[in-house]
Amino acid sequence: MVTYVFLVAALLAVVFSLVTIAHRSPVVNVLSLAIVFFALSAIYAMVGMDFLAAIQLIVYAGAVLVLFLFVIMLLNIRSVERLGSGRPLQAALGAAAAIAIGVAIILVIARQSPSFGSLLPDTGKGTAYSIGRALMTTHLFPFEFVSVLLLAALVGALVLARKEER
Amino acid sequence: MTPATLIPIPYTWILSLSAVLFVIGTIGVLLRRNGIAIFLSLEIMLNSANLAFVAFALEFAARRGVAVALTGQLFVFFIIGIAAAEAAVGLALFIALHRLKETIDVDRFNILRW
Repeated sequence: MVTYVFLVAALLAVVFSLVTIAHRSPVVNVLSLAIVFFALSAIYAMVGMDFLAAIQLIVYAGAVLVLFLFVIMLLNIRSVERLGSGRPLQAALGAAAAIAIGVAIILVIARQSPSFGSLLPDTGKGTAYSIGRALMTTHLFPFEFVSVLLLAALVGALVLARKEER
Repeated sequence: MTPATLIPIPYTWILSLSAVLFVIGTIGVLLRRNGIAIFLSLEIMLNSANLAFVAFALEFAARRGVAVALTGQLFVFFIIGIAAAEAAVGLALFIALHRLKETIDVDRFNILRW
């Protein structure tokens, strides 16, 4: 059962990420990327990482993709080029290079010793408890640093996007 | 504490899905010229990295026999935070560039060239 759910989620993720990179309409790109994020969230939830599944939906599908949609709406982007149009040679070389990287990665993965199945991390409390504990004790510095980074990104985005008065 | 149960997905499957998504994202970044589409492909690549972290965390927990695979999940948490910051700054850059040239086709931007 879990295997079938994983296969369906993986198929959805691959198909809709292809739609994301290949479709001409930017709104369709963003919405199909939302489906990819839902599929990945399903995989996270299935292997027992409930907190990750939740923030995948809240932060990615809820915040980042809405930001993308707002920018598309703001800039009024309609005409978008086809995938790899204009420069067929460079497009073919780029696709070939990317697929070569993928084949290399898959070959390395295939050499791994076949796993006996993964453990479902089950503490009886969900993972939010242990992640919150780790963030406030052992990983406090990176946690605070990410908040500084987010503040810097906020200020930087405001400075970049504001209208210059002259 | 309930005992951890085995799930019948080898971690190599999750890693393979991660590799496929990474290749799709790379093709998108290399072949698209619209800035928004390049950013979306970049998000696919970041998510494939997250998926690889999850797969390795599961395998680590399985090999060590610990109940919670925590470090990999923390990495994913931080990557999601950084991806949000990256998306905000990048989209602000494209708004500024759109104001300059009325397009976000990345082929049209050669203003740093001399």
